[in-house]
Amino acid sequence: MLRFISHNLTSIDGVAIFPILSLLIFTTFFAFVITYVMRMRKAHIDEISNIPLDDEDDHTDIMKFK
Amino acid sequence: MELQKFSYDNKVVKYFAYATVIWGIIGMLVGLIAASQLAFPQFFNDYLGFRYISFGRIRPLHTNAVIFAFVGNGIFMGVYYSLQRLLKARMWSDKLSYLNFWGWQFIIVCAVLTLPFGITSGKEYAELEWWIDILIAILWVVFGLNMFMTILNRRVKHLYVAIWFYIATFVTVAILHIFNSFELPVSFFKSYSWYAGVQDALVQWWYGHNAVAFFLTTPYLGLMYYFVPKAANRPVYSYRLSIIHFWALIFIYIWAGPHHLLYTSLPDWAQSLGVAFSIMLIAPSWGGMLNGLLTLRGAWDRVRDDVMLKFMVVALTCYGMATFEGPMLSLKNVNMISHFTDWTIAHVHIGGLGWNGMMTFGMLYWLFPKMFRVKLYSKKLANQHFWIATLGIILYAIPMYIAGFVQGLMWQDFKPDGTLENPEFLETVTALAPYYILRTIGGLLFIIGAVMMFYNLIKTAKQGNFLANEPAEAPNLRISPEKVTAGKHYWHRAIEKRPVRMMLISILVVAIGGLVEIIPTMVVKSNIKTIDSVQPYTALELEGRDIYIREGCYNCHSQMVRPLRFETTRYGEYSKSGEFVYDHPFQWGSKRTGPDLAREGGKRDNVWHYRHMLDPKTVSQGSIMPAYPWMFEKNSLDLSLTKRKIEAMRTLGVPYKKGYENIAKQEALKQAESIAELIVEYQVSKLPKKEQAKVNKNLKVQEVKMQEVVALIAYLQRLGVDINRDEKAKPAQTAEK
Repeated sequence: MLRFISHNLTSIDGVAIFPILSLLIFTTFFAFVITYVMRMRKAHIDEISNIPLDDEDDHTDIMKFK
Repeated sequence: MELQKFSYDNKVVKYFAYATVIWGIIGMLVGLIAASQLAFPQFFNDYLGFRYISFGRIRPLHTNAVIFAFVGNGIFMGVYYSLQRLLKARMWSDKLSYLNFWGWQFIIVCAVLTLPFGITSGKEYAELEWWIDILIAILWVVFGLNMFMTILNRRVKHLYVAIWFYIATFVTVAILHIFNSFELPVSFFKSYSWYAGVQDALVQWWYGHNAVAFFLTTPYLGLMYYFVPKAANRPVYSYRLSIIHFWALIFIYIWAGPHHLLYTSLPDWAQSLGVAFSIMLIAPSWGGMLNGLLTLRGAWDRVRDDVMLKFMVVALTCYGMATFEGPMLSLKNVNMISHFTDWTIAHVHIGGLGWNGMMTFGMLYWLFPKMFRVKLYSKKLANQHFWIATLGIILYAIPMYIAGFVQGLMWQDFKPDGTLENPEFLETVTALAPYYILRTIGGLLFIIGAVMMFYNLIKTAKQGNFLANEPAEAPNLRISPEKVTAGKHYWHRAIEKRPVRMMLISILVVAIGGLVEIIPTMVVKSNIKTIDSVQPYTALELEGRDIYIREGCYNCHSQMVRPLRFETTRYGEYSKSGEFVYDHPFQWGSKRTGPDLAREGGKRDNVWHYRHMLDPKTVSQGSIMPAYPWMFEKNSLDLSLTKRKIEAMRTLGVPYKKGYENIAKQEALKQAESIAELIVEYQVSKLPKKEQAKVNKNLKVQEVKMQEVVALIAYLQRLGVDINRDEKAKPAQTAEK
């Protein structure tokens, strides 16, 4: 039944390129991100992931005001 | 190392926090009214049948209030708090911060003052009229500018992952909002979507889906990456995972929009693309959820004591459930049952109440004691809030899941002889009554919890001592980078560029998905097999359509017969893309609390519609549809804008005949009279014989034809009839080719 709908697209020249292209772009990008992440240094990661906890000068620590 | 002294702006965070709570409670209350209308339709019809709170107007108010007022203010609250601390810098401009705050509240007030009055653009989750859309765009840029300048003037080397999420949120919401809001104003209170039919649907759901992704998800994930480690007092489980989570999520999300349009007239390949990417979405979504939950490894004992962590854990669990369910719902065989039913409502409330709601509550319970420098007023009350809210979610969602299943399957039931088991649509609605009541109770519990929290927070604030400008100090990286980097000189330029680079890559990543989806569909415009017999609406039908939009009929009625046997048997021929080419905006809808109307034209006579709109129960016993008495008021039909509407439509490409705008009003009145005559004929025939002679029929016709309902009837009678029209018979309004 869906052939009645998909006829809209078959009339565009080379429409098949769109899904193929999208898959290619995605795979490449994903591979790039994975490689990048794997190559990150451990020390660097530790430094960044501690940013939220790095508040020695916390003036609102409720422990101080108990 | 030179230490710079500065302060964090807590006041703006406090403002946003109060706005979050207050708008949250209001938005939820509006939702409760809408839910009650479905649970107790009789009561509302008899005692509270005001136009300003009728379901079709109130439901958009609920969705807009909860998304943009509750969650929106929640985003700003969390971002303004965490951004300053993650960057060791005060917000770049206090003026912009407070412009952001007051401007956003002004927009919300505009929404409250337009939607109940039927001033709407008729596109789901983007109902606000054109000038409010412009205000939103401006305010969003104010927020983005303030954030970006803060990032550029920061005192830390690296951008923590939360900030990536904030940046992606900013750029994507801007793109989505601007592209979806292209509309042509007719007057201050009325505009038409630039796109029509299939294109409008695709752009709308590209927006709608990604509003969920980039307004309800990515900013909250950013907040999760800040507040969960904060609360657990340990770094995020895997920073590597968070990077993959970020890129994969923003890349994949943008493609999944078409899964809202399965089995519709949207091209098949676009539907399949939407499904494929939806399935892929499980990976980054669950990666993020696990990353959040595993941050608590070795700290689970704290969850017992720390109420904020309790809220966060339930929020993450709900996020995991909703993001597993979403891809499942995008599978065509599941979607066949779930689409147009309450299953969708259950799904979004797991996300809305569970993920956004519980996360916001958690943040609030954490922020108030911090900013007011005092212990939470009552931990016990907060714990009670936690349990009552969790129970509320369960009581809300489970009945809605059952209702969705029940209705979805009832629609599909066939008797052995090939006829429908439930030919009357209404049977499938009245069967849901108990679930609607249970859902209302669930929602009520959730609101009670929120009110308890409000009390608790106010009490906390009263006892505490608010720190408006929190002093802080940090090395000034911009002045002496050498000392900080100990010999590494190359990074200085890189960090200044990085946020900009990050923004550009985000735009690129998001744009690829959007472009691949939307370009072909725009190309389709020239390729859609236009159906010759499909003609523009007459002036009266167009006015009727605007009334349909004003009353928010699309909130309960779809206009899309799917190519499925149980649909075509119930409603007739399935919908074709060529049938919607003049629909600015499209009105396909996403929920069927009432039956589909795509083939409504000619199914019932004018008198039936007239009586039905006046009091649905008189012709459809047990109906839960509200009555629309205001459409029957004297001289309610307003044709003063008709000419401009026709002109606007022509600008948008609708082929109206030259000069039709000048005769549009007369033509409309002529058509209205022909409908009014039939109605008056019926009304008179119902009178006792003696009185029939006394009635001045002509006078009565003149009265009826000026009622709005007549225009609405004209529109309803036009729906879906064009494909059977004789192609050669060109109606008066159409231009010759």
